[in-house]
Amino acid sequence: MTNIVASASNITKIFDAESGRKDDAITALDGVDFDVRAGEITGLVGPDGAGKTTLIRLLAGLMTPNDGTILVDGIDVSADPESVYQRIGYMPQRFGLYEDLSVQENLDLYADLRDLDRDERQDTFARLLDFTDLHRFTSRLAGNLSGGMKQKLGLACALINTPKLLLLDEPGVGVDPVSRRELWKMVKDLTTEGIGIVWSTAYLDEAEACDHVHLLNQGQKLFGGKPDVLTGSVKDRVFRLDHFDGNKREVLASALNREGVRDGTIQGDAIRLLFAENIIPDVSGISGAENGRLTPVAPRFEDAFIDILGGGPDGQSALAKDYRQIEATDQPQIVADRMTKKFGDFTAAHDMNFSIPRGEIFGLLGPNGAGKSTTFKMLCGLLSPTEGNGSVAGYDLRHSRADARGALGYMAQKFSLYGELSVRQNLEFFAGIYGLSGQTAKGRIEAMIDTLELRPFLGSDAGGIPLGFKQRLALCCAVMHQPPVLFLDEPTSGVDPTTRREFWQHINGLVEKGVTVLVTTHFMEEAEYCDRIALIYRAETIAFGTPDDLKKEASAMAGKEDAAHFTMEDAFIAMIENADIVRENSDPAKEAA
Amino acid sequence: MASALSSRRLRALFTKEMLQVLRDPSTILIAVFLPIMLVFLFGYGVSLDTSVVRLGLIQQSSGSASRSLAASYANSPYFDVTQSNDKEALFADLTAGRIRGIVTIASDFDRRYAASGKTAQIEIVTDGSNPSTANFVSAYAQGVHAQWLASQSAEGKQTQSGGIQVMPQFWYNTALTSRNFLVPGSFAVILTMIGSLLTALVVAREWERGTMEALIATPVTIPEFIITKMTPYFILGLIAATICTLMAVFIFDVPFRGSILALYILYAAFLMPALGQGLLISAALRNQFVASQVALLTAFLPAFLLSGLIFEISSMPRWIQAITYAVPARYLIPPLQSLFLTGNVWPLLLPNIAILLGFGSLFFVLIFRVTRKSLD
Repeated sequence: MTNIVASASNITKIFDAESGRKDDAITALDGVDFDVRAGEITGLVGPDGAGKTTLIRLLAGLMTPNDGTILVDGIDVSADPESVYQRIGYMPQRFGLYEDLSVQENLDLYADLRDLDRDERQDTFARLLDFTDLHRFTSRLAGNLSGGMKQKLGLACALINTPKLLLLDEPGVGVDPVSRRELWKMVKDLTTEGIGIVWSTAYLDEAEACDHVHLLNQGQKLFGGKPDVLTGSVKDRVFRLDHFDGNKREVLASALNREGVRDGTIQGDAIRLLFAENIIPDVSGISGAENGRLTPVAPRFEDAFIDILGGGPDGQSALAKDYRQIEATDQPQIVADRMTKKFGDFTAAHDMNFSIPRGEIFGLLGPNGAGKSTTFKMLCGLLSPTEGNGSVAGYDLRHSRADARGALGYMAQKFSLYGELSVRQNLEFFAGIYGLSGQTAKGRIEAMIDTLELRPFLGSDAGGIPLGFKQRLALCCAVMHQPPVLFLDEPTSGVDPTTRREFWQHINGLVEKGVTVLVTTHFMEEAEYCDRIALIYRAETIAFGTPDDLKKEASAMAGKEDAAHFTMEDAFIAMIENADIVRENSDPAKEAA
Repeated sequence: MASALSSRRLRALFTKEMLQVLRDPSTILIAVFLPIMLVFLFGYGVSLDTSVVRLGLIQQSSGSASRSLAASYANSPYFDVTQSNDKEALFADLTAGRIRGIVTIASDFDRRYAASGKTAQIEIVTDGSNPSTANFVSAYAQGVHAQWLASQSAEGKQTQSGGIQVMPQFWYNTALTSRNFLVPGSFAVILTMIGSLLTALVVAREWERGTMEALIATPVTIPEFIITKMTPYFILGLIAATICTLMAVFIFDVPFRGSILALYILYAAFLMPALGQGLLISAALRNQFVASQVALLTAFLPAFLLSGLIFEISSMPRWIQAITYAVPARYLIPPLQSLFLTGNVWPLLLPNIAILLGFGSLFFVLIFRVTRKSLD
């Protein structure tokens, strides 16, 4: 028997607009029902701005709903929040840790605040430190822990007095796949103790693994139930298209334009397609795929997610359509020639060596702190390599750094826009810094505004527009001067699948025009879009090749035959674990020290 | 229901706050080095005394009285006298700022002095472009004149022909060293800085780092939160005050004539509104940068400019005088200066302490109103 530890019925939450006008008020949640069962992980899934965080905060008693009631362990949260605080564990998005306190001091603080019984204290700490494997780090300041360890400590603090309800707000964001998988295992273990867990996420592989899932979009609940029920709704509609003659990006664009294709993504050399209901799936009308092979594959939660949200974007990138054609050339557009960067004794990147031809997407993959950002920054000309050299668009980074910078477009993590400037002011500013002026600038800006439908937001502050538009704007600003080379740093980190698809559709379009793209990511979905990948771990390149090569290599490493079922994430984890084993065997002294 | 105050949670929060204070080098910098720096600055750098001023002297009469008076000016430790009969040249010097004032002993001085003594007048012209120097020149030039008169009558050269003699006497700060009242006065600025500037950051920091959200979701109550936010900074404030006091007495030889107990009661009373204002700003604004700017504008600058420390309140325009009543430092400086220079003047101490505590309570009422255990 499963019993319900928390339930929300008909919850509505409205935020007053900053302007104070009634019309601008934002309805974050609109009549949502929700319940959490003991001993289960209940997933709260949805795109950015769907209302996930608001719902979690309401459950935690941090806010009061405008309408509806929330019961936690039978107690009305609005009426008696104090009693609710005793029964919940809550890990906010930034983990709620004091970075200037040590691991042990954080634990002590939360133990006292939550009135943990003194006799149980030592046992509880021992148990939590075992559980999180933080024993060795008790005296380390929380601020000096890695992202993954912070997350574990945050979890330990939320679990101090074994809550009935554990609320985790996007625990997977900004954490690499290895840590993410560990955290999932830990939380899964907690369900055996009968704790009811709410896990909010934009990662759909996590959603898929939940016992129950609630899918939110723009404050509305679109689905509630077991994830395979939702996944089942696209059964027999998902196919893998391979062995086609055409260019994969052109084939994808053509497929997405075809009637009856709901969604499509690149998966290494193949394409994953989702067909609409009542359509006989075939390759007709997809140019370049006439000889392609269409194989049915098991649907995933993401397919169903996109389906229920109304399908992915169609194939044409308006941004790419107006982009200049980059001249064909045999000269590699981005070169890293034995680049090494040292900070004092610490080697941040060692012997990075690759050459990227025109019109290729190259991915730098790796966990946080592996050295991919350092490599990336050296190629942008933001850091000087300690050894080695590089070039961008034919310009040597040592001697013509300014020319190299002028030839590249750069989109930083979290869209480096000026939030206080309006959309138009941002466009004008970036046109200015890239040296566009007069009629050229005006024409370029107007064209961008029209093709990317930014007109309704022109006067709004860039910080306040919807995420999808923010992303479009950031991309516009980065390619305003139509550079031949584009650098993307974690471009869609924390972004929902719909927005990510639109982004990659633009990038694919630009690549077809001859733009060369370098992307860093720890998001495996993005890796699939790359032509080639360098997997970087502990400052070294540990693997190199096409996504399919890497998957094959990793599945062989893991002793599994079936590379097709091996996801990019599986490959990533297998390779990193393998690198750790190799390292420990070859250098036991260092590890012990 | 959780009780409003649990000693265990109080202790835990206090420990946490103290650890954060001790580990943040900037807190120690503001609490220890800043007071030392400011006391030195006020002790050495800022002085309202003008030690030696260049003065022009025109002696148009050549009798013995005139000569004697002119010699008094020349011998005065306050003046560096340039004597000349070229009136035009001296006025040119005054305009150019080479001298700060001109004393003229008129041609009829000896005659009038011989006739009536006291009515023998001199003319003092000062450079009004710097009023405080002008006041100084005028006051000291008159002082030299008065002293000369007194010495003349003491020597019996001139019998007093009636009238009242004004003898200026400066009590409590006989040396008239401005340092003796500036240094204790500067403590108001230092304590405001520590009380308001440091605390303005602390609640806002919890919001910015997302820890407030985690705290709200625990059984912590608002009174616990506020009390433990305040106490570490209260202690820091007292430490800074102690450093200031010791420096004043032992380095700057400022006399201390009151009681230590009264001094600390006064410090404690002043820290209430100072800390209260900082916490209120922090709790209401939730943003460290904005909070620190607001604290600078509403706490530090008024304490500096409107407390009567540097500028005399009675000479401010009426409406600004009205504003100074809302500046807590105004109620600290007079009793503090009196503790150092005079002693325990309870009629001055008690009302000021009461007013400070009143301000403090007002701030705390407001803090409780703006701090809620909710993200709404």
